[in-house]
Amino acid sequence: MNNKHFLMGNEAIAYGAIAAGLQFGAGYPGTPSTEVMETLIKNAKKYNYYVEWSTNEKVALETAIGASFSGASSIVTMKQVGLNVASDPLMSLTYLGIKGPLVLLVTDDPGPHSSQTEQDTRSFGLFSNIPVLDPSNSQEAYEMTKYAFEISKSYETPVILRTTTRVSHRCDDVVLEEIKPSNENIEGFSKSSRWAIFPKLTAKRHPILEKLQKTLSNEFSDSEFNFKTGTGKIGIITSGASYHYVNETISNNKELFSVLKIGTPHPFPENKLLEFTNEVDSIIVVEELDSYLEDQLLQLLGKIGISKPVYGKKNNIFPCCGEYSVDIVKIGINKVLDSLKLQKLEISEKLIDKTDIISLPVRPPNLCAGCMHRTVFYAFKEVSKELKKHNIQTIFSGDIGCYTLGNAPPLELIDTCLCMGAGISIAGGISRTTKNSKNVAFIGDSTFFHSGIPAVINAVYNNADVTIAVLDNRTTAMTGHQPHPGTGKTALGNLTKLIDIEGILKSCGVEFVKTVSADDFSACKEISKEAIDYNGPSAVVFRGNCVSIVKSDKKYAIDKNKCISCKICVERLGCPAITMTGEIPEIMENCTGCGLCKAVCPADAVIEVTKQ
Amino acid sequence: MNFSVIICGVGGQGVVLASRLLAITAMNSGFHVNTAETLGMSQREGSVVSHLQFGETIKSSLIPEGGADLIIGLELSEVARNLHFLKKNGKIITNCKMILPSARSSNETYDSEQIINFINKYVKSTICIDFSKIAKLAGNPKSMNVSVLSAAFYTGFLPLDYNDFLKTIESEIPEKYRDINLNAAKLSAETIMLEGNNE
Repeated sequence: MNNKHFLMGNEAIAYGAIAAGLQFGAGYPGTPSTEVMETLIKNAKKYNYYVEWSTNEKVALETAIGASFSGASSIVTMKQVGLNVASDPLMSLTYLGIKGPLVLLVTDDPGPHSSQTEQDTRSFGLFSNIPVLDPSNSQEAYEMTKYAFEISKSYETPVILRTTTRVSHRCDDVVLEEIKPSNENIEGFSKSSRWAIFPKLTAKRHPILEKLQKTLSNEFSDSEFNFKTGTGKIGIITSGASYHYVNETISNNKELFSVLKIGTPHPFPENKLLEFTNEVDSIIVVEELDSYLEDQLLQLLGKIGISKPVYGKKNNIFPCCGEYSVDIVKIGINKVLDSLKLQKLEISEKLIDKTDIISLPVRPPNLCAGCMHRTVFYAFKEVSKELKKHNIQTIFSGDIGCYTLGNAPPLELIDTCLCMGAGISIAGGISRTTKNSKNVAFIGDSTFFHSGIPAVINAVYNNADVTIAVLDNRTTAMTGHQPHPGTGKTALGNLTKLIDIEGILKSCGVEFVKTVSADDFSACKEISKEAIDYNGPSAVVFRGNCVSIVKSDKKYAIDKNKCISCKICVERLGCPAITMTGEIPEIMENCTGCGLCKAVCPADAVIEVTKQ
Repeated sequence: MNFSVIICGVGGQGVVLASRLLAITAMNSGFHVNTAETLGMSQREGSVVSHLQFGETIKSSLIPEGGADLIIGLELSEVARNLHFLKKNGKIITNCKMILPSARSSNETYDSEQIINFINKYVKSTICIDFSKIAKLAGNPKSMNVSVLSAAFYTGFLPLDYNDFLKTIESEIPEKYRDINLNAAKLSAETIMLEGNNE
């Protein structure tokens, strides 16, 4: 019982890395990957390794590559869209290979719950020739992380450990071995032509890389992470979270099916698959996101010349988008059973259908009560109304972070949002091509460092008429308040040099750079107007503190005698602390005293009161 | 034996901690246990649901619709929102308080009486008590999550031992908050004992 722990998939991965002898870790936060780094940071001292938050995923990977070239056991963590940012170094790295084991933890997000895409990292493994491991629960996540370090070391290749939200953010009972602090010395970098990629070296390494795929495919065919259960004549091939959905779906009809669970999707364990397909009459492939296993299987059957029916996404048995569930898997398997003229699996009798539930309070995501972004957005909105009177359209390009919620009603201020750092560049493009427009790009402090700076340089270099609004709340708020170069603190909590955003903007050549406190609504409005009016690139750093980390002792209330019930504070700000209970708005306990409602109230009815 | 529980509420009420306390009690009772939370935007006033399953086999992250044996509710309208997860003869224990959402939906009106009636129409074995009041009496309104959970153990709605739950509080809650949470758990059990006589 002592070694049994209740762990989130992401925590299990961190402990797996530590158990494998981790010496170096780097990452950029992104849901659902963040807790891997958080757990590593918490345990760094105890288990004696170095760990850092990087400015973006490309930099994190490149830094870890440096550590690996020195012989250190390294991990890099990111979400699926982060791998796009890191893909440049990764695609070259596969040719070079590594020295110290290097594992990339990449989390996919079917659903998606908190992402811009539903991309499948298994396909990235295929694209970049990198082995991919795909666990289904926390225990497997722990074991597979250790295995990832093992194969990375033995084959001198980076390895991707890929999870999905329901694996990363699921908690399980996990048996851990006793983990000891790493005492191994890091060998250090030794000069070799191996580490400098030139066309000649690429040409030499490419055949070796291709051969490795074959070797790994054979090794994976013998791996205990690919296993079969059952003896039925209908074969089901599945992986990751879907494996558990399949088990639950067929639990009462096991005799019909055999299940092959694939834990190592790339390089495809061909021998194992051939063995399995020979034992069954037909095959159902159950997998989230891409039809990765299905494509590989169809290729394999075609190559060998085996003719057996394969049911999956390609013939519309299963949906090709979104997150799966027992219900979705059951519907798919029943379609197959129906076409095979077999009796369908029972659908459990439900108490009530979702559609029969009465109307309930809607709880859409919203900026927090007292969030500095609301003040800034409202200021820009007011300015844009004035510009509209002169027939000038203000277009707002958003970015990725809390402030993406500026697109929610009633603010509705975000017109574009694409990926980290794109806001400034998109605004530049629109400014060149849309007449009578003023273009504002919002970017958060962490995102500014992540990938905003090259876009600032581009705006200055090409003299784009854009206003860059840096929404600096002194943290990476959306993912759980990680530090970044603008906070003056490292991942491990040490004080470090604070990189000054205004200084960067100026040194990039932005001539109009102003800073304003987000507490002062009228100043925010004034400076916004000034920055928009400025011809050429301008920048304003709006500075405030994220309300989730700095607690305020201020609170406001409404003077019922003065309130004229215009509802501006309720209907235009969308503050979660203001609600209509009767004729007059009421300010609730969660008010943090930002004062925006006081600033917009035409009747001067908002008064400061003591917080209980 | 496999047992599935939906724990639901609103961001900030402590759904995740409640789910953790229940999971650890189940794990220490010798079961496999797994939980999955949907909480992406919960920090910003959103709905939070935890899917928790324990038993002899490892289960999937999410409970299928119609698959939950029990719903533990920290907020009334969230219980109604998740009713499609409940089994035909499933049970409910919930805080009877409702949290109205923020400003924007000000034109909509919601009546907790109406929601209770809706739930009762489908589930006869529903326990709906003002657990916020119990938590406040115990010393901190924030221990409401523990008091609902405690009642679920004490009524026997969960196939786990109430005393094992108290042990989990002792091992998992930081010392600073331990006594308040133990108080909340005990006061809640006493309330159930008294009100149980009326059933």
